Amino acid sequence: MAKISEDEVKHLAKLCRLQFDDNEIKKFSRELTSILGYVSQLEEVDTDGVDPTFQVTGLTNVMRKDEVKEVCKRDELLATSPLEISRDQIKVPPVFE
Amino acid sequence: MNLNELTIEQCHKGLKEKEFSSVDLTKACLQRISDVDEKLNAFVTVTENVALKQAEEVDKKIAKGEQISPLTGIPCSLKDVFSTKGIETTACSNILKGYVPPADASTVKKLKNEGMVLLGKTNTDEFTCGTSTESSCFGPTRTPWDLERVAGGSSGGPAASIASHECIYGLGTDTGGSIRLPGAYCGIPGLKVSYGRVSRSGVISMASSLDSIGPMGKTVRDCAIILQTIAGKDVADSTTPDIEVPDYLSEIEKDVKGMTVGVPKEYFIKGLDDEIKQSVDDAVKQFEKLGMKVKEVSLPHTKYALAVYYVICPCEVSANMARYDGIRFGPGPKESADDLMDYYVKARSQGFGDELKRRIMTGTYALSSGYYDAYYLKAQKVRSLVIKDYEEAFKEVDVMVAPIAPDLPFKVGEKVDDPLKLYLVDVLTTPVSVVGIPSLAVPSGVSKDNLPIGFQIIGPRFKEERVLQVGNAYEKAIGFREKYQPTL
Repeated sequence: MAKISEDEVKHLAKLCRLQFDDNEIKKFSRELTSILGYVSQLEEVDTDGVDPTFQVTGLTNVMRKDEVKEVCKRDELLATSPLEISRDQIKVPPVFE
Repeated sequence: MNLNELTIEQCHKGLKEKEFSSVDLTKACLQRISDVDEKLNAFVTVTENVALKQAEEVDKKIAKGEQISPLTGIPCSLKDVFSTKGIETTACSNILKGYVPPADASTVKKLKNEGMVLLGKTNTDEFTCGTSTESSCFGPTRTPWDLERVAGGSSGGPAASIASHECIYGLGTDTGGSIRLPGAYCGIPGLKVSYGRVSRSGVISMASSLDSIGPMGKTVRDCAIILQTIAGKDVADSTTPDIEVPDYLSEIEKDVKGMTVGVPKEYFIKGLDDEIKQSVDDAVKQFEKLGMKVKEVSLPHTKYALAVYYVICPCEVSANMARYDGIRFGPGPKESADDLMDYYVKARSQGFGDELKRRIMTGTYALSSGYYDAYYLKAQKVRSLVIKDYEEAFKEVDVMVAPIAPDLPFKVGEKVDDPLKLYLVDVLTTPVSVVGIPSLAVPSGVSKDNLPIGFQIIGPRFKEERVLQVGNAYEKAIGFREKYQPTL
């Protein structure tokens, strides 16, 4: 049965862009182990030859005409950002140092 | 009776016959919100000025003799995941505090076309992840039947606001039980529709293959009226198939005599509360009185459905939460960041609550290389087996009935220390969610402590009219609303 170690929690945190203090890491290690332990009962089920169902509609490749339609104005969309807007672009912190 | 205690149909009749105005209805609801919402915590935003303005517009139309439709001028609430143009929409998460959508959700546009009066946005578990509204950044919503107990989740806000007569109807969402459970805990009907029956465009996503939008109201007929307006294909949501929307109100008045109701034995789990079990047994007897046949059926993979849900759901949640980077929407981190990575980490760690973090990490783990096959792919295969169980059962029966919750409404704080305990509340609602079929929650009675009990009527895909028909017949036969009232 999977045990999610504190190191794994730290690794997951990085992937998820989250940070935790030591107490939180311990807590999540316990809780994730418990949750993944519960769902591991799926291993009991024989799924040989069974196709997965990713979504139930059965629809594929729903197409529409490539026509430009304005849903909102650019200013309205940019207004929802907390960051500075410069020349119609959102100014983000530097990617590199 | 106070105006805010009326149903949609009663309001519509009164407006047409000029007994009262939409402003009268709206003021009655606003007064009720002012009187009780501090105790209930159902509303997170009250839009008094917007509501009164919308109501005045409707009254002008009526005065001019213009035709009005069943939802025109009726005050309602929307779960705070429906994008409402110009009105703050937070998904009850700190990461979206202050976010004002630049456009309405498709379903909101549809309701506006009918002359909706929006009283405000209602409380939900953060990003609808929960069974009690306790994970909301605004605190829990309580059931009007006992203020020490939760309203259920995640649509606790909508359910409590309707059951306490703060509004006439509302819209909620159901991904794993989030309309049905609060419906049961607050004693009102609520419909989880088939996946794809109602457009999700503009509704903040939780788990994209499971989310559904649904009506919540005071009667089954009211739910049908709401569904009539919001159902149907939407080009903005490519998961809505082009399937005809029937005339629900005429379909649901058809006689249920001769229909067969299935009782799936696997739903009557060990640990199911005795009073809840008795209530479902009594409901089955009532169906027999209505001339329906009863048949026991088996859904052998039921016990795995919760595990299927709690793999698929966090995986899809982790993908949907990736967009919350503090860049395009939300307040961003509280302090300045050194670089972009630091910005992301601070914004997300400060913005998301514990349950969200758990789900994001669980999902990321289950989708990561080396684990994808064992968890996500495996769960989607077991999902196919669960779907097959229901397809087979519906060859023998027209609808199925089952309990909604294993327990009566629990006390605030009772289960928060153990996330798995809160997940297990969903054990009876998640099977229907993974299959993507409709299920109507209907109140059936009260416990010895006057807590509401409900059960669900499950139907085949895109047969909402059938579950509403059976629910309508049942509701008329037992008269729950007339017999039982919440204490608030």
